[in-house]
Amino acid sequence: MGNLYKLTIFRYDPDSNKTSTSKYEVEVTESHWTLLDVFKYIKNNLDDTLTFRYSCGQGICGSCAVTVNGKSILACETQMKFLDSFDLVIEPLRGFPVIRDLVVDHSLLDEKVRRVMPWLVCKKDPESDKERFQSVDDRAKLDGLYECIICGSCVAACPTFWKNKTFLGPQALLYACRFMLDSRDEGKNERFEILADKDGIYGCHTIFNCMEVCPKELNPGKAILELRKMFMNEEF
Amino acid sequence: MKDPKVLTEKVVDVPLRNIHKHDVVIIGTGLAGLWAAIKCKSAGLDTACMTKLSMPQRSHSTAAQGGIAASLGSLEEDYWEWHMFDTVKGSDFLADQDAAEILTRDAITIVREYEHMGAPFSRTPDGLIAQRKFGGHVKDFGRGGPVLRACYAADRTGHVLLHTLWQKALELGVRFYTEMFAISLISDGPKCAGVVTWDTKNGGLHAFKAKATLIATGGYGRAWKITATSYSYTADGQYMALRAGVPLEDMEFFQFHPTGLFDRGILMTEGCRGEGGYLINDLGERFMKNYAPEKMELAPRDIVSRAITSEIEAGRGINGGPYIYLDIRHLGAEIINTRLPQIREISIKFAGVDPIHEPIPIVPTAHYSMGGIPTDVDGRVLFDGKSQIFSGLYAAGECACVSVHGANRLGCNSTLDASVFGRRCGLTIVKDFANLEHLPLEEDSAKMAKEEIEFIWNQKGSIRPEEIRNELQTGMQNYVAVFREEKGLLKMISIIEDMHKKMKEMLISDKSLAYNTTLMEAMELRHLIAAAEAVTYGALNRTESRGAQARRDYPKRDDENWLKHTLYFRDESGFRFDYKDVRLTRFVPEERKY
Repeated sequence: MGNLYKLTIFRYDPDSNKTSTSKYEVEVTESHWTLLDVFKYIKNNLDDTLTFRYSCGQGICGSCAVTVNGKSILACETQMKFLDSFDLVIEPLRGFPVIRDLVVDHSLLDEKVRRVMPWLVCKKDPESDKERFQSVDDRAKLDGLYECIICGSCVAACPTFWKNKTFLGPQALLYACRFMLDSRDEGKNERFEILADKDGIYGCHTIFNCMEVCPKELNPGKAILELRKMFMNEEF
Repeated sequence: MKDPKVLTEKVVDVPLRNIHKHDVVIIGTGLAGLWAAIKCKSAGLDTACMTKLSMPQRSHSTAAQGGIAASLGSLEEDYWEWHMFDTVKGSDFLADQDAAEILTRDAITIVREYEHMGAPFSRTPDGLIAQRKFGGHVKDFGRGGPVLRACYAADRTGHVLLHTLWQKALELGVRFYTEMFAISLISDGPKCAGVVTWDTKNGGLHAFKAKATLIATGGYGRAWKITATSYSYTADGQYMALRAGVPLEDMEFFQFHPTGLFDRGILMTEGCRGEGGYLINDLGERFMKNYAPEKMELAPRDIVSRAITSEIEAGRGINGGPYIYLDIRHLGAEIINTRLPQIREISIKFAGVDPIHEPIPIVPTAHYSMGGIPTDVDGRVLFDGKSQIFSGLYAAGECACVSVHGANRLGCNSTLDASVFGRRCGLTIVKDFANLEHLPLEEDSAKMAKEEIEFIWNQKGSIRPEEIRNELQTGMQNYVAVFREEKGLLKMISIIEDMHKKMKEMLISDKSLAYNTTLMEAMELRHLIAAAEAVTYGALNRTESRGAQARRDYPKRDDENWLKHTLYFRDESGFRFDYKDVRLTRFVPEERKY
């Protein structure tokens, strides 16, 4: 005997432009089943029109983020037994345009991150036959920033983003911070032109939902504060 | 942008609505695809890159953990010749040595270019790129001990390499098309005009006209039940090439990684053993001493995978079960947290095991496709598998077979292969470009793609695709895995024949145009079956044991008859084999001992 889960899943059919919900009951007998396993079970056995996105199945690619009982999570790495309820309301990531059912438009994430010049700015080519020096301490500054898998969980959990769609959002700002703190980067002035306004680092209301939901335990809120501190001290 | 007419009964009469034109079109945005894109775009070519996933960063390259091999020689003595020898010996002497030489020479440049683009490699106390030990990488032409050769960023090396390339491609202005599923090449004999794709978001077909088309779509690990690869690893590129008349090379060589998390198969990087982790059976012994007494846990993957499988079969799995332990507790919390943080995270999330306090249950897992689309050393696809160039068509990365891995790939040589030959392929396209042209699109350019969609769309059967997928994965796991023998392989062939019939009786009730993943998965299943068929026939045909192909009924390597590559041709009338010699330059084949 397993546990019986009752799922209410948000549906959107773009062909007819209609929203609805579907209810499914799934008995989970395998103790290690994840939410993605349950989605796949529904698709393969109950309703093959249920649409969701996934790829790696191991919490690395960031494709499968959804909202479960109000909180954004990665479906592939969340085991059913760790969810705190047998009644699950499942929606797409909040604040994102929905393509179909649980699938949201990820190009929004792409658009935001593109704006912050997410690459290492280098005025002069380094010597081609060796790597640049970077101390262990300088490299350690990137820990907690470079691991972002761009799953969108933090953006979906950000009330500021819900209100203001032009806000860069926690993900893009975290990505920006990764370069601002890189000892090899020479683009700090240019990037601050983009970051230091109300749609950038001053748009954040330090609510810290982003930190609560990040599946990689990163802290975009802290990164934003870090950026503000740099701007105050003109450390660029 | 919707084109619902594509899906009507008279599908063949419908013209393509969306035609795109670029100088270069790259299918796949993993390490190989992005490197090529960067080189093409840097040379001023109008370059487009497409992925069936929602962002380039979702590509399976991101899952690579342990590192990228390069004999930088900055931390201790090391030379590309040593690396080349290890690669050739690791391949059980089936690698083409001219290609292995390019791989290991270019490795040094590649790693430095990554660093210059901004890759956040882990560092040594001297501020240099950190390197760790890895299976099969040793000093002094196989005579010395393990060498520090794997450059890494904690255990997220693939993630940082992929993100770094994407960042560079963005800076240069490469055009990306996402959720665009490539279905068929537009070709006429050995001439490629581009590719036809399915727009996943909206439905409908698109044609991409290109002077140069690059296939960089990765492998097909999803043909097995226990696998370390993404759900997206479904042989799409290999299938497109087969249908265009290209053979597949050395498909029987499919690597099982020794340490996949029990029982899903998620990768526990070889870096665990590189850092000093042990493998332990139910008796608590480090059993590798019975299989590779000198190299122990750092023997090449084929050897370690066979050792683990043999222990489990002999009843020495943990509590007699189908897994053994990978123990890294003795490394201590600090090393685990700084060098293997993701391993810890995955163990806790998926197995409820914290490796700081408990050993990790592991089992060999389907991992890497050594075989694939045959190319020359510059990435040009070979129409006959030997010397005839397929004009305008290129392949690189895991979907291609150049061949540098031969019968078995060394750890950290896959991120390297994809990078070196992706980059080289980009440079080749730039070099060839003056002689390439846009070929005209014919009326029936999209015929093959339409057939592919229709085949699935118009089914009126009762069998769910999942049922067929399950049969495929279970069969491959049982009969075409770490060990093989004639009886099992014949059994798998009959399963495949049965699956071909069942594919014609599928039930697809989702008829929506937008984001129809049921349709997508059914197409992917078709690709997987084609790849599995090539693997199984290839394994049956090759009556010897070499690297990842371990035949119980032919336990010895047979250089006299089999020091050659397999070429598997397939069309509607059936399949046939051809062969080509292994290119030997520096090293004479010898018995492989560790």
